[in-house]
Amino acid sequence: MIELQTPLTVEKIRQLHAGDEVTLSGTIYTGRDAAHKRLIALLDERKPLPFDIQDQTIFYVGPTPNRPGSVFGSGGPTTSGRMDAYSPRLISLGLRAMIGKGYRNEDVKQAIMTYGGVYFGAIGGAGAMMSSCIEECEIIAFEDLGPEAIRKLKVKNMPLVVVIDSQGNDLYEIGRKNYLNKK
Amino acid sequence: MREIQCKDIIETIKTLCIEATSILPQDVYESLQTRYEQEDGLLAKKTLEVLMKNADLAKNKMMPICQDTGMAFVYLTIGQEIHITGGSLKEAVEEGVRQGYQEGYLRKSVVDDPLFDRVNTKDNTPAIIYYEMVEGDTFHVKVAPKGFGSENMSQIKMLKPSDGIEGVKDFVMKVVNDAGPNACPPMVIGVGIGGSFDKVTMLAKKAMMRDIGTHHPDARYAALEDELLTKINETGIGPAGYGGKTTALSLNIETFPTHIAGMPVAVSICCHVARHKEADL
Ligand code: SF4
Repeated sequence: MIELQTPLTVEKIRQLHAGDEVTLSGTIYTGRDAAHKRLIALLDERKPLPFDIQDQTIFYVGPTPNRPGSVFGSGGPTTSGRMDAYSPRLISLGLRAMIGKGYRNEDVKQAIMTYGGVYFGAIGGAGAMMSSCIEECEIIAFEDLGPEAIRKLKVKNMPLVVVIDSQGNDLYEIGRKNYLNKK
Repeated sequence: MREIQCKDIIETIKTLCIEATSILPQDVYESLQTRYEQEDGLLAKKTLEVLMKNADLAKNKMMPICQDTGMAFVYLTIGQEIHITGGSLKEAVEEGVRQGYQEGYLRKSVVDDPLFDRVNTKDNTPAIIYYEMVEGDTFHVKVAPKGFGSENMSQIKMLKPSDGIEGVKDFVMKVVNDAGPNACPPMVIGVGIGGSFDKVTMLAKKAMMRDIGTHHPDARYAALEDELLTKINETGIGPAGYGGKTTALSLNIETFPTHIAGMPVAVSICCHVARHKEADL
């Protein structure tokens, strides 16, 4: 198990390989497609983003509302492919890591290789357990989007798996091949 | 003639929404356990273990198993001797969903207009409601909140009769491969064959919600269910798509007569969070 602390520098993520199990601690941000669309609109208008994305991590999640007394509701990953249209531009500007589930397209893989990035998988559907890794949560932008608003999270030991590493290796291809070869 | 009050319908649907999103159906849970024991890959086994622990935690804390608490699908089976009093049935269903999603701290994931505005309705309504009239005086409600990670991976195809059994198999395998890790495997799969463009998708949904381990009454379809499930679990996609032998927990087929010129096939993909809960009033 590799323990990682945000912010994630290029040096840190170059050590990671597809299939590695990691735990992530520190500050990360949430964002889904509606929030990404607005981030790109801000860039088009040459306006500042709501947070400095250099070496940052975005978790693709729209949590359930938290109950009184709890910091975060259920919050597992959403399908990352819906962010493929927006991610390469953010990666080119310094975004280092993405947390989600599901296939990414070639453009995202290319950007990950060119600029040094990583795509982590969180287990889809394990939303209740994920909430226990989240220590602080604050909405920092686009509050009107409800579950899709951008949140700044402080996480501790979030269990993740490296799906696409900075060399472009993809666990969704390798894991399947390994299983089939074993048979 | 038996009377059913709208206020009781509201209460029932509210409770079903909350329970369905927090408590994994027993057949799904048991299937995860069995597959966990059979799985040999380290990461695959670990992933299945996390899914079971997550289900335990959600049940104990009565919190959502998954953050995508879906759109609420409500299936009503109403006896023709039932008389509904105290308001509109449709409004009672919507109110039950509204209250359930509010009081259960469930995520509101519905937008009003699909193309232009996409503004969240903030109470998870409208629900998708189906009514079936039957004889007698039963009043049965099934609530099935369905997430869209897997819903987005469902597909339909109007096959030609000449495509035959192989055509059906190829299409099912294509849909599963397209879905891959996106649908949060292990998946629960329903296949509809026959009927029409609209009917076949209903059949697929019905098949998807049928209990794991049950079979089509026709032995030929029952054999096809087993064959397809085995084939799917040989793709290697595995839990969470990380590789392994557990890609699907079940594959059920439902059929209906069709036109001489057609053979519609629909594949309804659901994740392992295959939620549904029912009650009689
Ligand atoms: S596909 Fe199912 S498990 Fe995955 S995020 Fe959606 S509802 Fe949750």
